[in-house]
Amino acid sequence: MEQGFQLFPRQASTFATHVDRLYLFLTGISAFFSVLIFGVIIVFAIRYRRRPGHEAIQVEDAFSLEILWTAVPAFLTLGIFVWSSSLFLYQSIPPKGARDISVVGQRWMWKIQHSNGRREINELHVPSGQAVKLTLTSQDVIHSFYVPAFRMKQDAIPGQYRTLWFEATTPGEYHLFCAEYCGTNHSRMTGRIVVMSDVDYQSWLGGGMEHTPVETGKQLFTQFDCASCHESGERRRCPTLGGLYGTQVELESGQKVLFDESYVRESVLDPNAKVAKGFPAVMPSFRGQVSEEQMLDLIAYIKSLAPQQQRELVEGANR
Amino acid sequence: MEARAHQFEDAEQQQDAATLGMWVFLTTEVLFFGALLLGYSVYRRAFPSTFGEASRHLDIVLGTVNTAVLLCSSLTMAFGVYQAQQGNNRALVRYLLLTMFLGSLFLGIKFYEYYEKYSEGLLPGSAFVWHGSDTAHASIFFLFYFILTGMHALHMIVGVCLLLVLAIRGRLGRFSASYYTPLEMGGLYWHFVDIVWVFLFPLLYLVDRSS
Amino acid sequence: MSTEQPTWFTREHYLNASFGWRSWLLTTDHKRVALLYLMTITVFFFLGGAFATMIRLELLTPAGDLFQAETYNKLFSMHGIIMVFFFLIPSIPAVLGNFLVPMMIGARDLAFPKLNLLSWYLFVAGGVFVLWSIVAGGVDTGWTFYTPYSSMFSNTNVVLAILGIFIAGFSSILTGLNFIVTIHKMRAPGMTWFRLPLFIWAHYATAVIMVLGTPVIAITLALVALERVWGVGIFDPALGGDPLLFQHLFWFYSHPAVYIMILPGMGVVSELVTTHARKRIFGYSFVAFSSIAIAVISFLVWGHHMFVSGQSQFANLMFSLLSFLVAIPSAVKVFNWTATLYRGSISFSAPMLYAMGFIGLFTMGGLTGLFLAAIAVDIHVHDTYFVVAHFHYIMVGGTIMAYLGGIHNWWPKLTGRMYPETWARVAAVIVFAGFNLTFFPQFILGYLGMPRRYHAYAEEFQVLNVMSTAGASILALGYLLPFVYLIWSLKYGPEAGTNPWEAKGLEWQTLSPPPTENFEEMPEVSEAAYNYGSPSPSI
Repeated sequence: MEQGFQLFPRQASTFATHVDRLYLFLTGISAFFSVLIFGVIIVFAIRYRRRPGHEAIQVEDAFSLEILWTAVPAFLTLGIFVWSSSLFLYQSIPPKGARDISVVGQRWMWKIQHSNGRREINELHVPSGQAVKLTLTSQDVIHSFYVPAFRMKQDAIPGQYRTLWFEATTPGEYHLFCAEYCGTNHSRMTGRIVVMSDVDYQSWLGGGMEHTPVETGKQLFTQFDCASCHESGERRRCPTLGGLYGTQVELESGQKVLFDESYVRESVLDPNAKVAKGFPAVMPSFRGQVSEEQMLDLIAYIKSLAPQQQRELVEGANR
Repeated sequence: MEARAHQFEDAEQQQDAATLGMWVFLTTEVLFFGALLLGYSVYRRAFPSTFGEASRHLDIVLGTVNTAVLLCSSLTMAFGVYQAQQGNNRALVRYLLLTMFLGSLFLGIKFYEYYEKYSEGLLPGSAFVWHGSDTAHASIFFLFYFILTGMHALHMIVGVCLLLVLAIRGRLGRFSASYYTPLEMGGLYWHFVDIVWVFLFPLLYLVDRSS
Repeated sequence: MSTEQPTWFTREHYLNASFGWRSWLLTTDHKRVALLYLMTITVFFFLGGAFATMIRLELLTPAGDLFQAETYNKLFSMHGIIMVFFFLIPSIPAVLGNFLVPMMIGARDLAFPKLNLLSWYLFVAGGVFVLWSIVAGGVDTGWTFYTPYSSMFSNTNVVLAILGIFIAGFSSILTGLNFIVTIHKMRAPGMTWFRLPLFIWAHYATAVIMVLGTPVIAITLALVALERVWGVGIFDPALGGDPLLFQHLFWFYSHPAVYIMILPGMGVVSELVTTHARKRIFGYSFVAFSSIAIAVISFLVWGHHMFVSGQSQFANLMFSLLSFLVAIPSAVKVFNWTATLYRGSISFSAPMLYAMGFIGLFTMGGLTGLFLAAIAVDIHVHDTYFVVAHFHYIMVGGTIMAYLGGIHNWWPKLTGRMYPETWARVAAVIVFAGFNLTFFPQFILGYLGMPRRYHAYAEEFQVLNVMSTAGASILALGYLLPFVYLIWSLKYGPEAGTNPWEAKGLEWQTLSPPPTENFEEMPEVSEAAYNYGSPSPSI
């Protein structure tokens, strides 16, 4: 990783180059105005220093000057706002087809799972030249996933999902820091990001022998007995879940919600907060029984369910 | 006749300052209750059915009675200040005592309601018992209920004590048609506490009553 | 040393009008209350400074080898809580504001002198609870008390600390209430709004923020305490709550709070620059209205502390835009102060040195605020030393320098004594140098990626950390010097006259130290503020 004294961090993501450009511009104008103000003060201080024979001369206000030095900062700040906002919009929307990786922060480690099931702790291997999307959450308190070399950071909030995406550029190893104070070992909740070429990443990925999140999720779906309702064919008791992910669900109250990760999570923990229309509020709560990682596996499984698959399953069960 | 405090030029300045001071203080109270109401609103919007269900566990009869009691007390307070303006000390004191009685009645009913909730197991915390489905958010409803009405009740207690002090001073002849500023200030405070209840009652008791 | 008795002893003024504990602890004289505050906040300043010293010592080496992690976490938490709530927020308003607001407007006292004394007692009571929480083992949540860590996970004295802050908050509210009513209702005849010194405008704006913002933090922290005590989950997701709700409520106050900390300093600087350059302020109404604009906009930007928390894109963009907007009135002030020096007669007295330092350092701190308002950059530097450097440039390079400049400027008025000018100039230069060496490297550290609140850090950050600690030792010296020579001057300083700076302003038209009633004859005002270049009306 970083060796020795540095004054500027390495760039290892597509976003980093853009941020640094804005940063250097901001540094430039800050330097300009700081030197200007300090300079003028010093010049005035010397030129108008108190000495015999030189009285203060009262000066009239100048409205046009006031307008000038209100307008110039206004335009400057507006310009910076537009520039930074366009960067922000680029950064906040992950491109389609980004590689999915899930991250759970927990005191005091980062637990990572790749889409093929391979798990890591405090290390994240990623391919260069591809968009990677992290789904972040926390098992306990608020953490923050921070990679200075990527210029990227996102809070990991317990009870909620956040996404962070990046496209790494240069293979190498980079710092991973927790950037939201989380208690005793906050400063030790660090790790490394290992950026590899695509080829190397593929072979690394194949190295793990674990189940995919979907496979694990399916096991959990059976283990927690979700199937007894949701795949039983008794469609009056609870909805089958195939093909629902990503659609709008109508609730008893008439309100519509998006069937996304958060809705799945909430339905598992507080099932009667948002009951789908036409179904009774009979689902038990699994609060305290499902860890955040297990939740992510369940979500991966439910996401993978297509309506066709469900019909076959049900017909199979009824035979 | 109250002596002019030394920092003021005249009685008018003193009264102006007291009035502005009371309005500024009431503004801080708006922010105080406002923050609580904001928190309440956020959760109510997120969990409307749970909050509706929880709200139906509140005693609507007692709540309505209390609202009537408090509104009456504001009326008697206003009458009291009017009597002060007219210089009628004895009537003033009578209205203050009446207002105090109504305020105490409100508090009595409130504490009876609290006792009811306690015996139903609706005190938030480890003793919370909920027969519905969404226990966590029902508990949050009751937390806000107790904090909002509890803070309100605290302000009422302070108000009743203030009225006692004013009644004593009134009895001792400290007020007149030309000096009744403390009564006006007391009146402002009392009406404000009443208005807070006028917000609290519908927001807490009347959620989803029709279903 | 003169052999005749100085008039300090023979004339009656507010310091010798009465003696004994009760005359001080039961005083209603705003000037005595100001001195009570001065003594109390000085204690807190040095306590907070001691915690800072320990932090900087730990950070000399990358390993966490001086303190245990838990201890370090308590050190930065206590440093923040004490400095924010028990030093910076009261400092200028409670000391200089309490002393000068009535005098500058030509009044005998504040509108509610007993409430003023009560506000000091509340401050002390709050301080006692916080000191108790320290002695009982400290708090490790950070001064920001983020949930669910503070409400459900921390094993430290959170409730005690919160109680202290809650009580001290009422001190703030009462001070603000007093200032608002006083400024509205007790101005001397002829003292119209636009003849007021800008110190008053700044304190008025500050008072509005104090009054509107403090109740919100009070109830928010109270809810955290209740969550800890009752085990309910308002802010804890495991119990159905929302941790982001805490952040919104917390920052709704704590952002305007930073303007409570800087606006009075700006007010002081307006006075210092005019007095020590003998010039009318350039752009009076622009500076006055900027104070109000800052106070108003300050309530609309809190979400810039939450750019990476996951609030909506729309919220992020709005808060970013408004945060850029709030920079503009501050820039206007900086330009006006600088222009005030033009064609002045500039004295290099300690107050002027502090004022010039303020203008430059506040400019730097303010400009780095633009980096933070830019979401794309903030994503990288949020929760790093860049932010730490930014706010220390404003709080220390700004507020504390203004505070020291103000203490020096009005020392003759408060005490009737002059401070030793050479020592004061030397101290000002030491403070300036030490400050920059401490905090400038932290901008670089932040962009490199060093997170804040880190007990141990990556090795490549060490050189800059060592520089920062070296600077801190110089800064500490710079702060100790005034403490020593100001106390020295109480006994050995030459007597200051009524108006050693030949300044305009009603406070300079009465004796030093002033009589208890402030003025022997209540003044009437007929001229504009800062009417330098014209002879003063005689009193």
